Formats: sequence, structure tokens, C-alpha cells
Amino acid sequence: MTEFIIRNGFVVDPINNINCERVDIAIKDGKIVESVNESNAKTIDATDKLVMPGGVDLHSHIAGAKVNAGRLLRPEDHYKDYEVKKGLRRSGTGHSIPSVFTTGYRYAIMGYTTVFEPASPPIKTIHTHDELNDIPILDSACFPLLGNNWFIMEYLKEDKLDECAAYVSWLMRTLKGYAIKVVDPGAVEAWKWGGTSHGYDDPVPRFDITPREIVRGLIKVNKMLGLPHPVHVHANQLGKPGNYKTTLETLDSVRDLAGDNGPIMHLTHVQFNAYAGVDYPSISSGAAEIADYVNKNRHVSIDIGQVMFGDTTTMTADGPFEYQLFQLLRGKWINNDVEAETGSGIVPITYNRSNYVHAVMWAIGLDLALMIDDPWRVFITTDHPNGGPFTEYPRLFSWLMSKKARDKLQKRMPRLSRIRTNLRNIDREYTFYDLAITTRAATAKILGLKDKGHLGAGADADIAIYNINPKEINTSLEYKTIRKAFSTTHITMKEGTIVAKEGEIVGTPIGRTYWVDSHVPDDLHNSVIPEIKRKFEDYYTIKIDNYHVPESYLERSAPIQPSEVSAK
Amino acid sequence: MTVISAVLCPGCGCLCDDTEVTVEGDQIVKVQSECAVSTSKFLNYNKHRSTTPLQRVNGELVQSPLNDSVDKIAKMLIKADYPLIYGWSLTSCEAQKKGIELAEEVGAVIDNSTTVCHGPSILGFHDVGEPTCTLGEVRGRADLIVYWGCNPSSAHTRHIKRYTSKSTGKFRESSERKVIVIDVRKTPTAKGADIFVQVEPNKDFELITAIKMALQNEEIEEKSVAGVSIEQIEEIAEMLRSCEFGVLFFGVGLTMSEGKSRNIDCAIGLAQELNQWTKFAIIPMRGHFNVTGANKVFTWQTGYPFAIDMSRGYPKYDPGQTTTIDVLSRKYNDATLVIASDPVAHFPKNAVQHLTSKPLAVIDPHLSLTAYMADVVIPSAFVGIETSGTAYRMDGIGLIMRKVIDPPNGILPDTEILEMIIKRVRELKGE
Amino acid sequence: MARFILLSGRSLVQGVAKEAGKFSDKYLKEVTTCQIDPDDIKDFNIEPGTNVRLTAEDGSSVVLKSTQSSLAPHRGSVFIPYGPYAGILISSKTGGTGMPSFKGITIELEPTTDEVLPIKNLLEVNYSRGISK
Repeated sequence: MTEFIIRNGFVVDPINNINCERVDIAIKDGKIVESVNESNAKTIDATDKLVMPGGVDLHSHIAGAKVNAGRLLRPEDHYKDYEVKKGLRRSGTGHSIPSVFTTGYRYAIMGYTTVFEPASPPIKTIHTHDELNDIPILDSACFPLLGNNWFIMEYLKEDKLDECAAYVSWLMRTLKGYAIKVVDPGAVEAWKWGGTSHGYDDPVPRFDITPREIVRGLIKVNKMLGLPHPVHVHANQLGKPGNYKTTLETLDSVRDLAGDNGPIMHLTHVQFNAYAGVDYPSISSGAAEIADYVNKNRHVSIDIGQVMFGDTTTMTADGPFEYQLFQLLRGKWINNDVEAETGSGIVPITYNRSNYVHAVMWAIGLDLALMIDDPWRVFITTDHPNGGPFTEYPRLFSWLMSKKARDKLQKRMPRLSRIRTNLRNIDREYTFYDLAITTRAATAKILGLKDKGHLGAGADADIAIYNINPKEINTSLEYKTIRKAFSTTHITMKEGTIVAKEGEIVGTPIGRTYWVDSHVPDDLHNSVIPEIKRKFEDYYTIKIDNYHVPESYLERSAPIQPSEVSAK
Repeated sequence: MTVISAVLCPGCGCLCDDTEVTVEGDQIVKVQSECAVSTSKFLNYNKHRSTTPLQRVNGELVQSPLNDSVDKIAKMLIKADYPLIYGWSLTSCEAQKKGIELAEEVGAVIDNSTTVCHGPSILGFHDVGEPTCTLGEVRGRADLIVYWGCNPSSAHTRHIKRYTSKSTGKFRESSERKVIVIDVRKTPTAKGADIFVQVEPNKDFELITAIKMALQNEEIEEKSVAGVSIEQIEEIAEMLRSCEFGVLFFGVGLTMSEGKSRNIDCAIGLAQELNQWTKFAIIPMRGHFNVTGANKVFTWQTGYPFAIDMSRGYPKYDPGQTTTIDVLSRKYNDATLVIASDPVAHFPKNAVQHLTSKPLAVIDPHLSLTAYMADVVIPSAFVGIETSGTAYRMDGIGLIMRKVIDPPNGILPDTEILEMIIKRVRELKGE
Repeated sequence: MARFILLSGRSLVQGVAKEAGKFSDKYLKEVTTCQIDPDDIKDFNIEPGTNVRLTAEDGSSVVLKSTQSSLAPHRGSVFIPYGPYAGILISSKTGGTGMPSFKGITIELEPTTDEVLPIKNLLEVNYSRGISK
């Protein structure tokens, strides 16, 4: 394998405390090393360019049943945005739900090298892996959805924590999953009986357990199993004006379970759960209260779920929410309830900056990103494609880095939306260092990927070189340059292979699929398996043998042992 | 003697995974299954197949070496200006992926059997969406089952017992369920229903609309609609509205008769509206065991579920133009590769006339009618019996089909045959 | 000459038999029959078991064996299982949907003394190439 030296670039590597310094990076056998034999190595000239670790996106809907249902729902999403086959590059279509090859290429061109699928219905996880296998270049993983799972609700109702942990461990290993995902806990089961609104302390029909108990139970299980990522939660009441209160309750409901090892709960796309007001005409920003909580409490991390103006597609396991969105928008609507486990819903949407509600939502995402002080616990996402396609990230970065850019855009939004949110009063601007933390270093850390998100020796040689000189650019003013630079790397490297060069795809290696090889002590496992098998026959319409995802099914399996994970 | 359990059946879209197969030496000797189609499939699959590749010489199909046949197919596809690659519903997802790769490589139109089956359903989905669920949700909760324009007792024989009205679920006993069958004739399924509604042929759209009106308490001025009395229409509307969880299964009775895709978006609209009063879902009865897989794979790799034109180097989708029957009957294509399908047995005459007037290659385990009319035939292994692969059930659940027995010597899986063709195409193109 | 609506579709026998091959007697027996409502049989003086000629609007025609339907009543409709014989009558017009009209088209039906064509003859007569042995 070729050895490289990336010379003379301005390196931003927060995990190793490097901030825009000229540092040479040596690469050998797909890893960053201390040094290489200079006569063998190929030089990549990064003079006056910005060098960052490859992007790590912890929450983007790129593969699986509902993503594909979204593609099927919207041929109009693809007609105008297509890619012609060229060289290594397979053909494909976009725009808010790109086909699989296009997804890999477009992320790589932006300098991202690791993207995780945050929601997989367990019984449909073969499907998730089938699609992940086809996405070129990117390392990935998937999070099985457990927040409305019959087994789990029954175990937790009876306080059978050990058994619950054994079940989750078995499921994670069997399905090759990575982390516990909880979406609208309890409420999706309630929706299967027609209920569309469910509070954090409302018992789930026929299971008689509350969302609070489900979340607390799973956080305990997560701790017992030592999984590399905190429980990843999409809170109840998403989309509803006034829901910031439920969000605060959710965040606070597990405070007593916190340890010393960093966040125990990751709350996702919080923008959609940060609304004050009592109805849509009065909707306003609840971000200040949430930011205040996050600033004072270190047991949680969040990602923002930013809204980007334009046409996109909402898709989530939160079936009841999507039903309500359908009632509001009266366009197309998909709902898909998944036996014994979870649900999903899909509704296209166009976010309009002249729409008061959308303008408020837009400001809230930025409120959160800018009011939370600790960049290691707030991550930049659009909940692709719910808030907007991931190809819009560069625009979002430019807003984070430039108050001028934000103000300019906000002037063209309804006046009341500026008044009822905090953004207009926020001067803070992200630096390259902040950006590198919130899009690479911190996300790699929260996912427990110790070889990602940094450029120190031992890291995967996942590197993005951007056409931007951090010493010369005035990021507050030159926001268009920021946007352009982050849209297309000079070079993207994945494990020591150059994959993208100025927008051209030049390498399509196979990315890893990470999963947790979780185990519990044999005697515990053996004691629960008979009952799991018995209930499985009753709950599902497939045989338990066929639920299993063989390791050989993954194009490139990368198991992680829970004990392997070290906090950096 | 080996007994293999939890075997998936490649018989239909039910994709039952509880078949038990007994293998002795190189033969399947016993099949434990409640389904006649499944038993027939596992016990009879090995009849009527060629075990060597064939080429047409002086009007007769003669044995020919594999590499030669591969070369002939590759040349046929490259030489054609607008080749068609059709079939796909009876093979694995892994093979379907190879198909997309091949179509892209030679600039072909690639289509699957959806085009003559639930294509109109997909056109309906594009327009309105779909409130749906997996089959286990039906078994677990449904108290009202509606079968419209489909006949599971004949075409999906375990559907009723395994998934719907005769099954038992966590929250529903079979005795607590009611079945309504709506069809143009009293099919075997209708004979087992609580209520049979005989609709006049080609009048389903009107009947669905009348039910929607009754739901909204609108007055219908006729005495009957589509041959159904207003009283019965109102009775049905009330049953639909007052159930706890209803599911509408529909089949080609709706997609193939007058109205086609409009029947479907109307039916989906009905299901969506019913969610105002209760929980309601709709599920299409997919026929071939992996037609759902073909839709899924095509969609995630290209953005489109069938009828994909790759002739310009990128996926183009235009039902009515790029759909196989239109391509054939308008004589657009100048060569065809048929894989895992038998269009000569099923397509309209005009389409078959054009199909057989141009170079034609077939990859299929069976010696199908299409194979008998072809220029080149490469026999392949049966997915789910002689080779493993992924397939998707009618409700979208992906499962891994097993290999229970070796194929005869020299017979390869579709994936390998297609890989050889792709490789040969690239060699010939000088890549 | 009687006018009927044509319905082609699956039958259990056709589905089971095709697994044994499309040249099997079982399959061919099934796909060369058409099912007529008993009252129609009476009204149009058809002797069940004898042959009838079905003709589509474009003039294409095929001879099938008539049988008395067990799924009556469906007056005015004739059912043929999917197969190459049904294909002779199906229109390839899709109306922009890609789907031909397997169900719901109008055909004319009359008793005939003509024989049902063996499958190989059917294919040879209608399609441009002979089939191989």
C-alpha cells in the first residue's frame, strides 16, 4: 500500500490539541504513523490548505427500510438530480434521498468518511445491512430501534434488568447493531392502537409502562453492557409547540444515573424538540432553556437537527408524528408499523424561509449550536434528510462561522421569527477548531471510535484537505468561501486511499460496518434464551433462526468488543 | 439423510420461512409444508431443466460451452442500441444488483415483473403514499381483514392461516376477526369470507369512491354502485370505520382492470382516510417470491423501482415509455436478455411477437417457454434451493434464503453467470 | 357470437403445475381451459367440455376448451388461467401505466369444432420463430 506524507497543511486536530498549525502527516498501511521512509512515500502538497480528520456523522438516514420507502415515494426527488456513470463512479440519483452509490460519493466529496445510520427496525436490519453494503467508501454502523420493543417493555415493567440486558446483548450481536436507539418511546406502540399524543409519564396501552421507565431502563442496560455509545434518544412530543418541557424532563430523568465517563444519553435532532409556545402561530424558541440545562449537566450530549430551506423529505420511526404532519400538510404520507418493535412514517416537506414556523425552526437549530458552550457535547447535523439533505452541511457551517451570513438571511425572514428566537442576539461564531470538534472529533469520541476523528499516530488515515487557508481567511466575512470550500475537498483520503480529488471520485474502497460483539455471562444468557425463543414464535411471523444477520453478510465486518472502548 | 428446518420457500410473496426439507444424497426426498405450491416447488424443481448452456443453430437449440454462450450474450447486448433486460423477480437480490451493474454497462432498459403485476400499485404509491405495516402487525392486532381483487386461497395459500384471519396473535384470537372479500367472482377465498361483495368487472374505482362517500355520510343518489347495493356499501363503510385495526389486502384484480393505477391510489386514499376513525393499513399481495426485493434493490441503487432506462448512462424512469410491454409492443428494443422469468408464457401477443423477432437470450433454471424460443440459454441454479441469497417478503421484510442442496454439475447461480457476462462486456469494450 | 369480459389470472392448479414445467400435461390442461358461468352456458347453448373460439377486438383468436365454472355466479365474464393461450387475447395497450389489460377486456366467444392448438403449434403460428425440441 502506498505511503504518503501530507506536507505543509494547516492541521486542525482537537483531540491532539492542534489548532491550525503546520504539521506534516505520515500515512502507512491505511493508518497515520509517526513517520515514513521519505524516499518511498508520495507527497501530497497541502500548502495553505486546511487539513482535518475525515468527517464523522453520527446521525444520518442513509440506509434501510424507511430510507428506501422515501426513495420510492418520491421519484420527483430524483428526476432533476442525477449522476451519470463516469469511470469508477456508478450512476445514481438524488436529491434529498440519494441512491446508495451517490450517497457515498457525495459524502466523500465533502470530506466525510464515517456516517452512521441511526435507526434500524430490528426485524428489518438485514435490509439495513443490505444497503450499507452498497454504500461505497464510508465506514458505517446501524442502531437498532428498541424504544417500543415488546420484549423490552415487558422486562422493564417487571424490573427484570439482567434479563433485559441479556436480551439487548443478544439482539445487538445477532443483528450486528452498534447502539441502543430509542424513538418516541412507548408512543409508537400507543400509535398502533390509534393514539397520537403520548406524554413522558403516560403508560403505554396494554404494557402499562411509561416512556420515562423505558428510557431509564435502557440507560441502565447500556451501562451494564458497556456499549460504546450512550443511549441515542429521539424524545417524545417531537414537533409539538411547547415540547421543550418534555425534552427537559427527558434530559433530567436520567441525571441520577450519570457516572464519570461522559454522557449517558445522547438526545438527537433536538431542534425538533425545542419548541416553546402553545400552538404553531405562537411557536418560539425553547433553546435557551435546553442549552442552559446542557451547559450545567454533563451527562447528556445532543445533535442539533438543523432545518435547511428547500425541498426535502421527513422520515422517522416516529409514526404518530408523521401522521400529524400529514394531517397538517395533506400531501403524500407513508406509515409503516413494524411487528413487535417499532414503526415509521414519511412525509415530504418544503421548508420556506418566508414561513414563520419554518423560520423559527431554523433559528432554533442555530440557537442550540451557539448557546451550548461545550463543543464536545453538541454536534452539527440536519437529521438528514429530515431537516435537509446532508449536501447542505457546508451552508450550515458557514452560518455557524459567520454572524453576518446569519443576519443577512434572517433579515429575509418574518420579523416575528427573529423576535421569538435568540439568534439575532448571538455574536458567537464557530472557529475551525469548533467545527472540527462538532463534526469529527467529538462525534468520533461519543461513538467510541478511538481511531477516528483525529490525526495522531494510530488513527485511521481518514483525512480531508480543504481548499481554504485558515490564516488568511476572515471567516466572519467570507462565508461564501467557507461554503464553497467545505462543499468539495481538495483531497479526501479514506484509510490511506485517495477517494476524492476536487469533486472527482478516484477510489471506491469498501467501508467497514461496525457492530458490537456484546456478550453477557453464559449462565445469564442460557437462562433467558428459552423464553426469548418461546416469545419470538408468538410475537413474530418469522423464525428466530432467520432473524440472525450472519457476520459474513456484512461486506466488511468490524466487530467492536465493549471493553475495547477507551475514553480519550 | 439431513433434515433442514426454517427453510424459506421461494414459492410466492408470503416467503414462509418454516418449511422443513429432507435431503438424501443429491435429492430432496421430503418436504414438510402446508402449502401445495411449496411442496410442488421443492419436489418438482429439478424436472424440465437443461443442464447445459444452449445456442440456436439452424433453428435448433444445441449444447454449447458456457464461455461461448456468455460471449454471445455479451456481444448481443453491446451490439444492440437499446437492449432490454427483463425478469428478476425469481432470483436473489445479489443477482438483481448484478443486473443493474450490467444494464448500466451496456445502456439497457432494465425492468422486472412488477411492470405487469403491481406496477400500477407503485404508481399509486408515488402519488399518495401508503399506510402499511408488516404481516406480524396484522396477526397481532387486526380484527378486520379485507381481500380486494385477490384470491389468496389460490395464489398465496398460507396467507390466511399464517398471517391473517385464521392466525392467532398476541392481542387477537382468530375468532375475533372478520373477513370481507370483494371480487368479480366467488373465488375460493370468497367462499371462506364473512361477507362476499361481488363487484362488477372494471367498476372497482366506483365502488371505492362510494365507500368513501358513505364514510363521510354523503348521500349516494344511485340505488347501487358497481353492482353493489347502497345498503351493503353503507354496511361495509360502517365495518371499516368501527374496527379496531383493519387491513386491506389487494391484488391484481385492482391493478389489471380498468383504471389500473387510479384504482390503487383511490384504495390507498381510502386506507389513509380511515385513519381518521381507526387504525387502518393496506398491503399489496406480491406474487413472485422476490419481486419485492427487485423493487427494493432497484430503488436503492438507482432511485427507481422498475422500468429503468440506462441508455444515457444514468437512471431514467418513465412508466408508459420505459415499461417492458410498451418497449416491446412499440418495438423500441433490438435485443432482450430475460432472466428468471417467462414472458412468452404471460405477455400479450404483440409484446411476444417483438420479443421473439429480435436476438433473445435467457438465463433461467427452468426450460421455460421463453427459453425454447431463445437464441442463447444459460441454465442457472434455483435460488432458495440450490443457492442462497437475499429476498424480500411482500411486506418488506428481508430474509436470507438458504441453499439446501447442490445444483447439478456445471450449473451456476445467476450472480456468477451475470458476473461472467459483465466481465466479458468490459473486455469487449476495452476497459 | 356472445360478448364476454375476459378475466385472466392465477388458478391454484396453474400455480402448482407450472412448477412441474410449462410443457407438462397438467399445466397445459389447465391453461387451455376457460371457465364460463353455468347460466351463460345454458343461454348460449355451449356444451361444457367442447371447444370455443375466443376473439379479441384486434381479431386475435384462440381455441380453448370450455368448462363450467365452480366460482359462479359471474355472468358475462369468462376466466382463463394465465398462460400463453390467454396471452393471444390480451391487449398490449397500457394507457401510460405499463400494465396491459389482463382483466376486463371485451372478447367474442362462439362454439367451434376447431381443435385446441398444441403449445408448440400455438407458438409457431403466432410468433416469428419455431421453437426447438
